[in-house]
Amino acid sequence: MSDTVASAHSIVKRFGDAAPALDKVSIDIVAGRMTGLVGPDGAGKTTLIRILAGLIDPDAGEASVFGNPATNTDRSMIGYMPQRFGLYEDLTVLENLNLYAALRGLPKEEKSASFKKLMEFTDLASFQERLAGKLSGGMKQKLGLACAMVRAPKLLLLDEPAVGVDPVSRRELWAMVKKLAGDGIGVLWSTAYLDEAEKCDTVYLLNEGALLYGGPPTQLTDRIADRIIRIAVPQAGRRRILRSALDNVSIADGTVQGDSLRLMLKDGAAQPSAKALGADANAPITPARPRFEDAFIDLLGGGPPGTSKLAEGYREIEASEAPAIDARGLTKRFGDFTAAKDIAFSVGRGQVFGLLGPNGAGKSTTFKMLCGLLTPSEGSGSVAGFNLRTARADARQSLGYMAQKFSLYGNLSVKQNLDFFAGAYGLDGREARAAIERSIEIFHLQKYLKDNSGGLPLGYKQRLALACAVMHEPPVLFLDEPTSGVDPIVRREFWTHINGLVERGVTVLVTTHFMEEAEYCDRATLIYRGRQIATGTPDELKAKAGKEDATMDDAFIALVEEADRLRDAA
Amino acid sequence: MIRPHLRAIIVKELWAVFRDPRARLTLIVPPLIQLVLFGFATTLEVRNISVGVYNRDGGAWSQEVIQQIAASPNVARVVVLRDQAALTRAIDRQQVIAALRFDDGFSADVAAGRGGTIGAIYDGRRSNAAQIVAGYLSRIVGTVAADVRVSRPARRGGSIVTNWFNPNLDYLWFTMPSLVAIICIVSAMGVVTQSVARERELGTFDQLMVSPLRTHEILIGKMVAPVLIGTFIVTSYVIVIPTVFGVPLTGSVPALYVALFFYLLALTGIGMLISVLSSTQQQAFLGMFLVTVPAVLLSGYASPVENMPGWLQVIAQINPPTHFLKITEGVFLKGMTSTDVLANTWPLALIAAAALTAASLLFRSRME
Repeated sequence: MSDTVASAHSIVKRFGDAAPALDKVSIDIVAGRMTGLVGPDGAGKTTLIRILAGLIDPDAGEASVFGNPATNTDRSMIGYMPQRFGLYEDLTVLENLNLYAALRGLPKEEKSASFKKLMEFTDLASFQERLAGKLSGGMKQKLGLACAMVRAPKLLLLDEPAVGVDPVSRRELWAMVKKLAGDGIGVLWSTAYLDEAEKCDTVYLLNEGALLYGGPPTQLTDRIADRIIRIAVPQAGRRRILRSALDNVSIADGTVQGDSLRLMLKDGAAQPSAKALGADANAPITPARPRFEDAFIDLLGGGPPGTSKLAEGYREIEASEAPAIDARGLTKRFGDFTAAKDIAFSVGRGQVFGLLGPNGAGKSTTFKMLCGLLTPSEGSGSVAGFNLRTARADARQSLGYMAQKFSLYGNLSVKQNLDFFAGAYGLDGREARAAIERSIEIFHLQKYLKDNSGGLPLGYKQRLALACAVMHEPPVLFLDEPTSGVDPIVRREFWTHINGLVERGVTVLVTTHFMEEAEYCDRATLIYRGRQIATGTPDELKAKAGKEDATMDDAFIALVEEADRLRDAA
Repeated sequence: MIRPHLRAIIVKELWAVFRDPRARLTLIVPPLIQLVLFGFATTLEVRNISVGVYNRDGGAWSQEVIQQIAASPNVARVVVLRDQAALTRAIDRQQVIAALRFDDGFSADVAAGRGGTIGAIYDGRRSNAAQIVAGYLSRIVGTVAADVRVSRPARRGGSIVTNWFNPNLDYLWFTMPSLVAIICIVSAMGVVTQSVARERELGTFDQLMVSPLRTHEILIGKMVAPVLIGTFIVTSYVIVIPTVFGVPLTGSVPALYVALFFYLLALTGIGMLISVLSSTQQQAFLGMFLVTVPAVLLSGYASPVENMPGWLQVIAQINPPTHFLKITEGVFLKGMTSTDVLANTWPLALIAAAALTAASLLFRSRME
């Protein structure tokens, strides 16, 4: 029998005059099961968790925990782990635990047993004296979890525990929490990673404050079970074929998966022939397993068409002998610490190259050296043939840059941002006006022109950032975690543009810890502890995972574990 | 010919400062408040004072002195004290800031031409005000003494004091021109110290650094807004101070503007240095305080630079307001000519050049 520990009923919450952050949302958290709260950034996940934790009151509806209203219940039985976790970075691991034990009124006689169990559980025993601020991202999350668990709660509210954590730690964290649920705790796990949703017992899918689905994840993916197909394509033509496939009337959505395309048929549509999709007539088409993301996109009404207006108006980048991006023995040291060592690769015109790796591994350092934000300690780099040491200004003129975090001017309007970036890249007069008008049209920015860009919905911020980065039609694009947190439709649209630009000859360097995104790369390199541990096409990397039908996540974990083994052996 | 890059960043910086209605308000209201505060609150005169009198004499001359004191516009009340204990109590309880004691035979001594002695006790806890009151009282006593001398042939020559440039020693004539220099520190520095630090904190700095904008373009772009704001505020002061507060404006106004330009450059240069060294807006704000308070104290506004120890005088020379204060006082009160103004401007140009060079060098190296 199921035992509901917490529930929300028809919750409505508004902040100011904006659209409601939560609009009649109802969920149940059942003891002993993993309940997933899934949705892109800004969907309302955090608001709902804060209401369940009794931190804010809903405008309408009821939230109850252990049978009492959420604001008036036994809070010592709730373990809450906020998104920016409540650890004190200047205290050690043990001091943090002690603090939380005291705050939660853990009886002294239970303390040693509880700590011992948590230390074993989180594997942090050997780091007890380390400052929390010096832990890796994954270890911080484990400590945050341990602090939330210090007095065996009955309800665990986890707000995006896996964000920014590398796949290895993500898996460990998941296993830990799963075990807790097995012990009869009710767990709410919120996430923007849709692949995590598939592993939950029950999933609630939020989008823009509305509950799109609630129930077992398989029930949702079953709806689209026979609509997912995989078609093998030659590596060179995959972007062109994806474009024509997405423009086909029977296709709802599609992505690149290494040397094949993954397509979703529209509901009730017959499967088109390989030729109709733009592929070779005898290209093999096989059914594929549906994913939660496919189901989400289906709920949202399918992805965008395959042709990018941005690419249509873009200039053709002229061919050149020199590689578009060239890294030669790039090394960066900060004091004694080597952030990146001997990074070398070269990317030809019209290619997508990926820098993969966990946070803090050195991919951002490499990225920053190549776009001229950091001067390498050793080695050299060039962009579009311009050496970063000797021709910095020319190199910068030839690249478009999109930062991880929204980094346009939030208190300027959309139009003022466009004006500024047009001018900053040397566009003037009529040329600037034309580029700005084109961007407004392509990215549908008309209705937001006078609004502060900081207040835009996430998807529009993303569009504006891309618009500003490509207004001067650069031959090289640098994208730093370009689509983290956005909904899958916006991500599709984004990659449609990127794929289109690449067909025009634009070269793209992308960093991501989002392994799905790595599939779009022609080649990628995995950076771990400041070194390149593997480089190759997505399929080559996946082959190194040593198992059938491996995902990029599997490849990542296998390669990182191997690197650790070699390191320990040495 | 201005590159579109430079024009773009100037426009962007102006928008950044003027677009937010709250930001606009903070640029206009504080200078107005300062003007009112400096105009009416930071008075160097002492008014509404109470003076105690312990009169054991009771003759004509002591009465004359007491009446003169009571008639003074600065004195609100004369408190009659019965005995020495009452005098002590009155000072102790701060009922009076000063007490005068006339001994037996004071009037007789004066009348006999032997010269009378008045005992004066001041409240040393309020040393500054007490000194000023002492000045008032001795002046009053001096006038009475002069009357005594007129009634008989003068025996000694007195000194005649004339205050040049500010004949009535009106404190407004002194504070208002100084305020012109001080307000620029607050307004211009406030804007410029935030400029780079804000970009760094909000993450737009990287975006700026990967664009083809050159360092000098970014710095110029960020200096235009504070220089315009400073010029605007000073202009309004130059209009209001002579018309509303009646302080004469006697020197060369165009030369004042030339000096003002270099003064603002020097201030924004120092502000830019602070901003470049800070990684958050909060640090920049604290850095601004760290600099502006000493800058005002060392400028010669509160106490003359010549009275400071030698090493502080050297520091005062690299403090922009020290030089600009001379210029504003000169232009307002002394009828300073353009030649004299420009002779005082070159140190400002030098400070500006040094600070801006340092800021642009650090700007690049602080990126990593």
